[in-house]
Amino acid sequence: MKQAAEHAVEADSLVKTYPGGVTALAGLSITVRPGEVFGLLGPNGAGKSTTVNILTTLVRPDSGTASIAGHGILSRPDQVRRLIGVVSQRSGADPSASGRDNLLLQGRLYGMGGPALTRRVEELLGRFDLGEAAGRPVRTYSGGMQRRLDVALGLVHRPRVLFLDEPTTGLDPEARAAMWEEIARLAAGDSLAILLTTHYLDEADRLASRLAIVDRGRVVAEGTPDGLKAELRGDAVHLELSEPPDEQEARSLVEMLPGVREITLDGRRLSARADDGAAAVPVAIAALDQAGMPVAAVTVARPSLDDVYLRYAGRRFAQTDEPVAGGAR
Amino acid sequence: MSALLVDTWWMTHRRLKAQLRQPGLVVMTLVQPAIWLFLFGGLFRKVAELPGFGAASYVDYLVPGVVVMSAVSSSMWSGMGVIEEIERGTLNRFLVSPVRRSAILNAGVVEQAVTTAIQSVVIVGLGRLAGASYPGGFVGVAVLVVASVLLGAVFSALSNTMGLLVRQRETIIGLSVALLLPLTFLSTAFMAPALMPDWIKAVASFNPLNWSLDTARAALTADPDWSVVAVHGGWLLALAAVMIATSTLSFRSYQKSV
Repeated sequence: MKQAAEHAVEADSLVKTYPGGVTALAGLSITVRPGEVFGLLGPNGAGKSTTVNILTTLVRPDSGTASIAGHGILSRPDQVRRLIGVVSQRSGADPSASGRDNLLLQGRLYGMGGPALTRRVEELLGRFDLGEAAGRPVRTYSGGMQRRLDVALGLVHRPRVLFLDEPTTGLDPEARAAMWEEIARLAAGDSLAILLTTHYLDEADRLASRLAIVDRGRVVAEGTPDGLKAELRGDAVHLELSEPPDEQEARSLVEMLPGVREITLDGRRLSARADDGAAAVPVAIAALDQAGMPVAAVTVARPSLDDVYLRYAGRRFAQTDEPVAGGAR
Repeated sequence: MSALLVDTWWMTHRRLKAQLRQPGLVVMTLVQPAIWLFLFGGLFRKVAELPGFGAASYVDYLVPGVVVMSAVSSSMWSGMGVIEEIERGTLNRFLVSPVRRSAILNAGVVEQAVTTAIQSVVIVGLGRLAGASYPGGFVGVAVLVVASVLLGAVFSALSNTMGLLVRQRETIIGLSVALLLPLTFLSTAFMAPALMPDWIKAVASFNPLNWSLDTARAALTADPDWSVVAVHGGWLLALAAVMIATSTLSFRSYQKSV
């Protein structure tokens, strides 16, 4: 128990099944330390949002326990709600009210008021570059401005833990870069812990100090982005064949090459790990070509989080946006 | 308790402020009542001369009818706001804050009561312009306003329940279209009970819109029959309480379905 109080977020074996038998979480456990940005990375339907909904007291888990700064989400939800700030996927700001009015109301919901609240609101408006637009109705804001307001709303009451649920989804590249900078600055500041969910690999790579890869409702890998990548020794080699190959034959062919391992076949895509990618590629192309399996395209890359995902979830990240059995949420 | 009051105040404040931001909408909601009072009331002016009608002028008779009809008409849309706040994520933003759950619900009831009351008072004023007189005086008008607020509570709670459970705008629109005119015509809103067909009179006695009319008309006469006010007003109050309790339950069911 002593240990638990030191954690910003602790979730243990969370299970959630929605009506209709859809399993959103199948025993998910994570720990977030104070002051760190913890990334929850996974495709749509992996269970990221359900995890956030449970940790923010919106949804009750079927089983499992969780606490925020030592306060149980089920036993002390009121305490938890005061400690957390939530920026959910949907904005939640009142479009007909001004940005300033939205922030003032938000503060009042947390029991703030008077000059202290006014000061805090003006400070946030300045910090998120919303000063000029502060008096305008939110419906006139650009997507990036709305998202910055959402983050400001989550911070009014100075939470200990900030939940950012897909904070850059739907933003244009420029607004996205600006949001990344803002999140990085938040993390560098006080002892705020941030739990960030994302299905962008580059976002997790860039922002998270530690991350968990979530697949089908459970954590399949956990560590620092660099640590996870370092576990994959060697280069990633991806070969795209002109025709879907005979799996057995292609696999055994490539397996015989020296220094090549972890072969995965996914349709026409053959991926493997090689000690020396540049040396392995010509040999592999020649061998496949001889066996009547011409190669259409080749990439060799240093390990990326995409490779980490492939290794632990058993399929490529980019393809997982297609519906996966049992993972509609 | 005081924290609940503060929460309720801010949640209500937010909604009333949103209303004030669109004054055009407030004016729009008064166009229909004005048409009923001035055009319909003018067209059927001679109805009051029918033997057995029993009212001094048709406009006198019509005002309570238009007031309660308008209360139902505007309250039935409150579910739209609920759906919008769910879709936009506003409701969830409140639910992850420490704001008391009951304050979120109270705010809806208070807002509806305030807007219905203002709307009713304005229609009473419009009625005055159309030549109506209110022998029951201030107390009579106050009872009319309270009766229309309770009736509004019944239908906004129904609409909110639909919004929370079904979450489809079409359902709210359909409900409004399907209920408003039948409820109005199956009541004494436009015609004195003595002259109504027997079957309509029988149906009307189960119609909450008619309960509010009975309550208001009894109080608006020069010599009010307070027992009628108490009994019919009591039914209305009980039904409003049941409907608000139902919407509270449907709120719980929403929380389970997030």
